[in-house]
Amino acid sequence: MSEENNKAISTTISMSDAPGSQLPRYTRLHRNLIWIPLLAALIPLAIMAAINYRQDANAYRAESHFVISRILSNTKRSLQFAIEERRAVLSLVARTNSRSELSSETRLMSILRDLRESFGDFVDLGLIASDGNQAYYSGPYQLKGVNYSDQPWFHEVALRGTYVSDVFMGYRHLPHFVVAVAINSGEDDFYILRATIDTELLMRQIYSLDLGAETDAFVVNSRGILQTASAFYGEVLDTVDFTIPPHVREREIIDEQPQPTGGSVAMGFAYVEGTPFILVAATRLEPFFQHWFYQRSDVIWFLLLSAVGILAVVWYRSRNIIARLREADAQRAKIFHNVEYTNKMATLGRLAAGVAHEINNPLAIINEKAGLLQDMAQHAEQFPQREKILKIVDAITNSVDRCSRVTRRLLGFGRRMDAVRERIDLRGLINDVLEFQKTEAAHRSIKIDVECEETVPQIQSDRGQLQQVFLNLVGNSYGAVADGGWIRISIKQLSPSEVAVSVTDNGHGIPASDLNHVFEPFFSTKGQAGTGLGLSITRDIVEKLGGIIEVTSEVGKGTTFTVNLPIEKVD
Amino acid sequence: MSEYRVLLVDDEEELVSTLVERLEYRGFSASYCTNGQDALKMLREESYNVVVVDLKLPGMSGVDLLQTIRTAYPHLPVLMVTGHGAGGNDGFQPPDGAFAFLVKPINIDELVAKMTEAIKAYEPGQ
Repeated sequence: MSEENNKAISTTISMSDAPGSQLPRYTRLHRNLIWIPLLAALIPLAIMAAINYRQDANAYRAESHFVISRILSNTKRSLQFAIEERRAVLSLVARTNSRSELSSETRLMSILRDLRESFGDFVDLGLIASDGNQAYYSGPYQLKGVNYSDQPWFHEVALRGTYVSDVFMGYRHLPHFVVAVAINSGEDDFYILRATIDTELLMRQIYSLDLGAETDAFVVNSRGILQTASAFYGEVLDTVDFTIPPHVREREIIDEQPQPTGGSVAMGFAYVEGTPFILVAATRLEPFFQHWFYQRSDVIWFLLLSAVGILAVVWYRSRNIIARLREADAQRAKIFHNVEYTNKMATLGRLAAGVAHEINNPLAIINEKAGLLQDMAQHAEQFPQREKILKIVDAITNSVDRCSRVTRRLLGFGRRMDAVRERIDLRGLINDVLEFQKTEAAHRSIKIDVECEETVPQIQSDRGQLQQVFLNLVGNSYGAVADGGWIRISIKQLSPSEVAVSVTDNGHGIPASDLNHVFEPFFSTKGQAGTGLGLSITRDIVEKLGGIIEVTSEVGKGTTFTVNLPIEKVD
Repeated sequence: MSEYRVLLVDDEEELVSTLVERLEYRGFSASYCTNGQDALKMLREESYNVVVVDLKLPGMSGVDLLQTIRTAYPHLPVLMVTGHGAGGNDGFQPPDGAFAFLVKPINIDELVAKMTEAIKAYEPGQ
């Protein structure tokens, strides 16, 4: 066994120790004391922050809507104008040139050259007869003689007189779209002038805007196919996955549209009249959060620091309150039980004194009568069976002496409730205490030793209270030792002003974890058998008498309670 | 040695009468009564060398009787006796004016010793 283990654990208990018995109740109370004020303080703060956030979010939403609206209205106007311009030019060419003039590839080529010079984005030019056959063609494709009569756009242009196509991937894999106009050349006869236009045109309209990284503008058709490249949604002719609202006159803005890169965007739609094109402008919402956090970092820091500060204050204060409450509870319980104990002892004392007194008088008569008999036997000249009578009288007076020792002890205990200072011989006091329990000691073969230094002086203290202290300690030892065990009481002088009485037993000992609590009210290892008050009251009495009590114990080896008492009590 | 006269005052007649007999065996001239009034009456009629008074008496208490005797007969020693365990070794002090305080059951030799001591202490010339 290591030296560490051999060392007995020693502790001195101070008054501030809290009782360990009602922990869950105090923990719950502590939790409530923290949460309620914390919530009361933090909820308004959180609401304030939420309101602030909402106001900012609304402001930002309004701002983003404004940006989208501006892009949509400007771009739509330019786009519409550009397409209209090309359709008008094509229409002008058709009207200023007769059909026969246009029925010449040289002429078509010359016109195409002029258009390219003016606009730059005309790719080809062709004349389609009413049977759908492309009769004349000028441009990079081999499209002469192609018949369009089974194509929907052919019928649309025949019906409406004008047509703008969706974007398609054309020559050299560049995106194009078609503008066509129909010219009536007599009853039931018409021809169509058709031009292919480079989508670059559309791009120019959009890329002339300085949009930045968080905003995107592009064109789709009603089937969700991109007509221009989009920064957010992909390349030309990719299909977008957001829902396109049905035709609206001006524009429509939808918040919280999903975005492929994650997050969401606010998105506005504007239909370009007379074309399949729908102009879309989108602006990301994420930067707003960063913006808010950045802008509101002071608010957020304030909020966090407030929360931490409130938590710290509430925690500290509530811990104090609980500690005080616990202390007050313990003190109240102790006072209550001290009063109860005092009353019990007073009642017991009165009872004992009454009994002792009632017995003392007849005892005194027996004593005197026996004494008289003795006197008579001794003084008479002739006394029959004198020797035998004297023996009998001796036996009677011895028994009376024994009885009177008992009654004196009882009377001594009865009168002990008020502190009385007197000179006390500790050895005599301890012997008185042991006298009460000597029968139990004999029955259980418990060996009791009292060691007392010859030089230990009398002390000034309260006899009754000291008797209670040692009755308690010796009683505890009786409870702890097994039959055949031993209890040793030693009395010695520690210093010129102090004596120590220790009560040691070889009983089962006290676990280290319990040792700190043995003097607390209601702490008991005896289960239902103990009140848990004995040692608490013992400590109170010892302290009241100006002393201290300490305990050392080792499980399986035994326990020592040591009471240090002043020789002269100083108040 | 002249015969000392002793007055015993105790309400327990059986006890006090026996004590009187026992004291007479020891050379005292003893008388007894069972209450304070009778004791004062007897003190007026006869002279005594020492009085032994029980603390608890019917009517006039032992302490009252003690005070009265101390005032009226300052040269008469008084011993107090009690059946209540408030004497001897437990620090209870005898009431003012009593020469000694004895606890029942009384040891006759102790009583004789204390009485003799008291009488000697109060003898003229001491």
